[in-house]
Amino acid sequence: MAGLATTLGSGAMTNTIGEVSDSACIMAIGTSTTEAHPIIGYQVKKAVRRGAKLIVANPQEVPLVRFADLFLQIRPGSDVALLMGMARVIVEEGLHNQQYIEERTENFEAFKESLSEFSLDFVSDITGVPEEKIVEAARMYAQNSPASLLYCMGITQHSHGTDNVLALSNLALITGNLGNISGGVNPLRGQNNVQGACDMGSLPNVYTGYQKVEDEGARQKFEGSWKIELNPKPGLTHTEIFDAAYRNDVKALYLVGENPVLTEANASHSIEAMEKLEFFVVQDIFLNETAQKADVVLPAASFAEKNGTFVNTERRVQRVRKVIEPVGEAKPDWWIISAIANEMGAEGFAYNSAADIFREISAVTPSYAGITYERLEHGGIQWPCPAEDHPGTPVLHTEKFNTPSGKGKLMPLSYRPSEDCCDFDFPLILTTERSLYQFHSTMTRYSEGLDELSGGEHIKINPADAERMGIADGDLVKVKSRRGELEVKARITRRSQPGVAALSFHFAECPTNLLTSSALDPVAKTPETKVCAISIEKA
Amino acid sequence: MSELITLTIDGVEIKAEKGTSILRAALENGIYIPHLCDHQDLTSVGICRVCLVEIEGRRPTVSCMTPVEEGMVVTTSSEELDMTRKVNMELLILHHDYDCQNCAKNSYCKLQELTRYVGIDEERISAMRAPALDFPIDDSNPYYQRDMNKCVLCGICVRTCEEIQGDECIDFAFRGIETRISVLGDKPIIDSTCVTCGECVSRCPVGALVPQKAIEPTYEVETVCPFCGCGCNILVGARGGKLVSSTAVEDSPVSGGSLCVKGRYGLSFVNSPERLTTPLIRRDGELVEASWEEAISLISEKLGQYKGDQFATIASAKCTVEDNYVLQKFTRAVMGTNNIDHCARL
Amino acid sequence: MYERHILICAGTGCISSGADKVQEALIKSLQEHNLQDKVRIIMSGCHGFCEKGPLFIVFPEDVFYCGVQAEDVPELVEEYLIKGNMVERLLYKDPVSEEIVINHDKIMFYSKQQRLALRNCGVIDPENIDEYIIRGGYLGLKNALKMEPSEVVEEIKSSGLRGRGGAGFPTGMKWQFCLSSEGAKKYVVCNADEGDPGAFMDRSLLEGDPHAVLEGMMITGQAINADEGYIYVRSEYPLAIQRLRTAIRQAEEYGMLGENILGFGFNFKVKIKEGAGAFVCGEETALLASIEGRRGVPRHRPPFPAVEGLWNKPTVINNVETLANVPLILRRGAEQFASVGTEGSKGTKVFALTGKVNNTGLVEVPMGITIREVVFDIGGGIRFGKKFKAAQIGGPSGGCIPEEHLDLPIDFDSLTAAGAMMGSGGLVVVDEDTCMVDLARYFLSFTKKESCGQCIPCRIGTNQMYDILEDITEGRGKPEDVALLEELATAVKKGSMCGLGQTAPNPVLTTLRYFRDEYEAHVNEKRCPALVCKPLLQYYIDAEKCIGCQRCIKACPVDAITGEKKQPHEIDQELCTQCSACFDACPKKVSAVVVVSEGLKTEEEVEVCEEGCKCQS
Repeated sequence: MAGLATTLGSGAMTNTIGEVSDSACIMAIGTSTTEAHPIIGYQVKKAVRRGAKLIVANPQEVPLVRFADLFLQIRPGSDVALLMGMARVIVEEGLHNQQYIEERTENFEAFKESLSEFSLDFVSDITGVPEEKIVEAARMYAQNSPASLLYCMGITQHSHGTDNVLALSNLALITGNLGNISGGVNPLRGQNNVQGACDMGSLPNVYTGYQKVEDEGARQKFEGSWKIELNPKPGLTHTEIFDAAYRNDVKALYLVGENPVLTEANASHSIEAMEKLEFFVVQDIFLNETAQKADVVLPAASFAEKNGTFVNTERRVQRVRKVIEPVGEAKPDWWIISAIANEMGAEGFAYNSAADIFREISAVTPSYAGITYERLEHGGIQWPCPAEDHPGTPVLHTEKFNTPSGKGKLMPLSYRPSEDCCDFDFPLILTTERSLYQFHSTMTRYSEGLDELSGGEHIKINPADAERMGIADGDLVKVKSRRGELEVKARITRRSQPGVAALSFHFAECPTNLLTSSALDPVAKTPETKVCAISIEKA
Repeated sequence: MSELITLTIDGVEIKAEKGTSILRAALENGIYIPHLCDHQDLTSVGICRVCLVEIEGRRPTVSCMTPVEEGMVVTTSSEELDMTRKVNMELLILHHDYDCQNCAKNSYCKLQELTRYVGIDEERISAMRAPALDFPIDDSNPYYQRDMNKCVLCGICVRTCEEIQGDECIDFAFRGIETRISVLGDKPIIDSTCVTCGECVSRCPVGALVPQKAIEPTYEVETVCPFCGCGCNILVGARGGKLVSSTAVEDSPVSGGSLCVKGRYGLSFVNSPERLTTPLIRRDGELVEASWEEAISLISEKLGQYKGDQFATIASAKCTVEDNYVLQKFTRAVMGTNNIDHCARL
Repeated sequence: MYERHILICAGTGCISSGADKVQEALIKSLQEHNLQDKVRIIMSGCHGFCEKGPLFIVFPEDVFYCGVQAEDVPELVEEYLIKGNMVERLLYKDPVSEEIVINHDKIMFYSKQQRLALRNCGVIDPENIDEYIIRGGYLGLKNALKMEPSEVVEEIKSSGLRGRGGAGFPTGMKWQFCLSSEGAKKYVVCNADEGDPGAFMDRSLLEGDPHAVLEGMMITGQAINADEGYIYVRSEYPLAIQRLRTAIRQAEEYGMLGENILGFGFNFKVKIKEGAGAFVCGEETALLASIEGRRGVPRHRPPFPAVEGLWNKPTVINNVETLANVPLILRRGAEQFASVGTEGSKGTKVFALTGKVNNTGLVEVPMGITIREVVFDIGGGIRFGKKFKAAQIGGPSGGCIPEEHLDLPIDFDSLTAAGAMMGSGGLVVVDEDTCMVDLARYFLSFTKKESCGQCIPCRIGTNQMYDILEDITEGRGKPEDVALLEELATAVKKGSMCGLGQTAPNPVLTTLRYFRDEYEAHVNEKRCPALVCKPLLQYYIDAEKCIGCQRCIKACPVDAITGEKKQPHEIDQELCTQCSACFDACPKKVSAVVVVSEGLKTEEEVEVCEEGCKCQS
């Protein structure tokens, strides 16, 4: 989300889910919307039925392609080239919104300069998409307003993920598709409360509401509120934490509701790191693969057993309500942490309810200042909501951007190939994807029936590759990368393009992330799970 | 608000927006016109013929397909209409497996509602030639079953699949009395492209599409789906300390009353016997059950030794806002480090 | 220079009775006698008199030979063409007067007809556009292209032309709606999905005069500003499709189809879409759905196709016969067209005349002609001197008109008032040997199978009516059935969505109206007065007539007949399955087996005889 924060000032979906169906053009890139976000998928399909143009850009022939006017089957990791190539066509053909660019953006000239790199034949060469389709996509996006950009992990999980996001924001800015209804740049958040966790400062560099830890004023405010001196140095990111543990710099880890044994890129490295920890606490609802490595495991209450709030991908803060009593002795996460803090003699953790905590959040978080549990009883509220009489904000940036100048910043970009490159030993690219019937690694595996529907894990290989390698549908194959190997059954399908294979990461039986690369995006520190060089042979 | 039109239904003057069907206008104004194949979320098709009305100066027609017009005079009930409707319902009932007591839709059933309103002539039904209703029940999908002996062929499921889900995995198949809803190749539903969103199941007016294990909840609570970032509003039903149902909140601004397979059918992980129920502490290499007091005092004693940047927290995007707030506050204020992150990037 | 022209009918009917072999034989025989340059063979479209095919008409003298087979050809060539002697056995013999008729226009079958739509059928070679043009073809189009679209519509309006597909909607009005509908793209669709059993009006027209239909479509296109047309034709009509394709190709070559037609700047192209044989696809909205590649089922109207038709564009959809009339109106003027027919129904109508009449075939008659004229003059009366019982008009959804309405004029409104309908033009004549309940059952067996299955009344109602009718004809009728049938038929008629459902009960309703006593005999007395419904029949052997030949004993599949040679035989009623084998086996001169329908005894009436069995006797 660092990308959008740079150019627009906020890293969140700029528009609302309900607006998608009224878009005149939707470009879905790096998202299998119907599988990972089915409800937003319904909106996209509704828009198509109402006559909207749909462009799908994805290395995989995802189910949404069936509804698309234009499918750009790009090579994994070539997003910047595609998007900048489209931008160049738009500017060259004069399809950009000159007035919007003048009034609401800055840095257009430098940006324009950087487009020179992205000639059509270059872009076509990098992406594998025919030139005329790139031109068609550019025209389709620029000429049908409002146009909405939807993206997901297929954009961000790259060593140049931030560039990808910047390229998307560029595209929206030059066509005036930010701040308008049914337009925007819309990252679809993968988990129910990623937005809320980010908003709350479960990030190494910010407090709640994206107030920077390095910012003196922000820090002093929190020191005042929490009545304690705070560390001014930004902390380590997710992947860096495991690297630090591997080096013995981090010795104690408190891990809540995650399963990095399956989800962390280059998982064998992370597993080793966990084994080196001196003290390891895991708090979860299941004794998953990661919890089994802990020194202490704490039983947490599930979503149905506690009160609180979730923030969805469109920044809507909504009430979560307790349906049943927690099973056994399970407790809400906030209760457990508070109990430990109290035991350690800390002040400021005497919470009796989630409502108590939320009052404190509203007090220290400007974008949440107007949100209260009482108001949430009548339905969710989209932040920013600075005051109790403020209705919330369905569309961001309608008047200005949250940048210092108030203008959207166009970013010159250049193409960088992915870190993990194919060679003679690892001739194929592995990309990761999700199944409609599974959710990350844990919960859904315990829900009866979903496994049956998803039919288990398969590596999806294009028929041409399969024929060359002598692999038949259903064969057990050995997949190797520079970091690890695993065995899995093959599924021969045109969903994968030649040279690309795909796996999901839901299954402990097939720990995909043993293979993936943890090369990080230099800004966002997101690992490159979407591009990984592999070899496949019959097991 | 677009143009308002005034019309009269059964002598009552009502106003309706231009473009509204007579049926919807009547229902919105508290006038009941019996109907079966019409659904507020879907395109009207006028195939069940139950909502027949008379319009002054025209031949009887179906009210779901006729838009309101200024000064229209509509009659919903007359001897001729009632008789046509009655025979229509009787024919439908003749071809319906009338096992109400054992039906999951009992008392929510649209056919029961219609029968009550229209009234049927038992004598006439018994004079008719009853068919053998012996379609095998398709329970190939783990979450819902299809019983074609109860299907009334209103086509709501077909339109739902086309218009809401966009999947088009089911359609009318065969002709005449053989007509039924089927999938490509007339195979079990599990072999189709069905993505089990359950949208058709939730809209089926009769017992033809019902959840596999329908358990009536004792009570329901409105909350938010715990899976992806869409954040659909759901009504979760509980009974005996277990979650037994999940349905969409109809006017949800997020989902507009829809759900996907996970939100509708995927919540039973909460009831899993494999849930953690007590704290566990590693003793002699094994994780063994412990009390909260033991666990908390062990953790607080240990963590006291790792304050500063040798400590780190991995928070969770599955936990609530409040959980995350407390967790980062603990990390920063108690442990003195900014080493906190979560899986936002994964 | 040819001295003679021989027209050999090459319609589907005559081809199946050997017309192509006749052609081969004729070519051979003419060559043998070196006559190939003097006699020209024309393979024409259908003459309508299919029953007497293959037809072989010699011009200029107009000698009408019928039932000609390949082996007859040498004789015809040698005796008639060379020597000038009539080959009497191949001439037509009037079934009533038994007199020989030489000229084709003197035959009653033809003399009462007025062939306007069929003007070229059987006259020209349908695979040769020149012959069509010589007969005034494409003049109507030329006239239309000189006119404004609204003027063309006016012309059709004032002609009084009504749709020949069934409902009889005024064609000009339909065009007017479509012309007034907004939209740059419009379509003309020709409905050639002729589905009524026994009907072949459209097929004969397409086979015999395909250009007339094309020209009609183009004129429609000019009238409504459409530049594209579809012909939806059954794939069971391969010859029609082939001739249409030929006609389209030739018209394109002549600049009659395509861009800038006849230099008037008018563009029009025609595509053929083959239907897969669903009867309901003859319903216009189902037909359009089928062209679009969707399931061929009707949808609610309005909106009518003239407003929202093919791919939601305004569309005029007309039947083959309607379109074939259009060029004539544009060529000769509305007034002349309107001079034929009645006040409300102008022009002519083509019927497929079948059933128990002497002359069956395709006939075109002026509107207003009576049923009596069609049956007794054109049809030559009932076969074997039997008694007329009813005329079933309008296909499977039509109605049965009884003897007392024989003088009913055939026009849209009179037929509807009598409970039948014009339909697409099926006319089945039934005689005293036909059971009206069984006839209704037969038609319902067709409509219930062809119901699209969408709406409840038609899907379940037609099936229910069929089940009841089947029960009645098999002796399982219940006293309440007649009233139930009437209620069901009324509800299906009023409640159904499309024309198929709304008219499917017509055979039931009209037979109930005119032949209720037959129903009552079946239900109350378990008796079939026409001796048709097998389970209600009893077979006896008249001991006085029986010669004891044992033929019936050998024929009986269930060994129900006993008897010594030369002794009267007897049928065991317990064992008899009413298969009629004995009746057929009994020598006609003897005719000892008699069929009666005296009524089955009901459960209560069956007396237990001394032996304790429940025999019928």
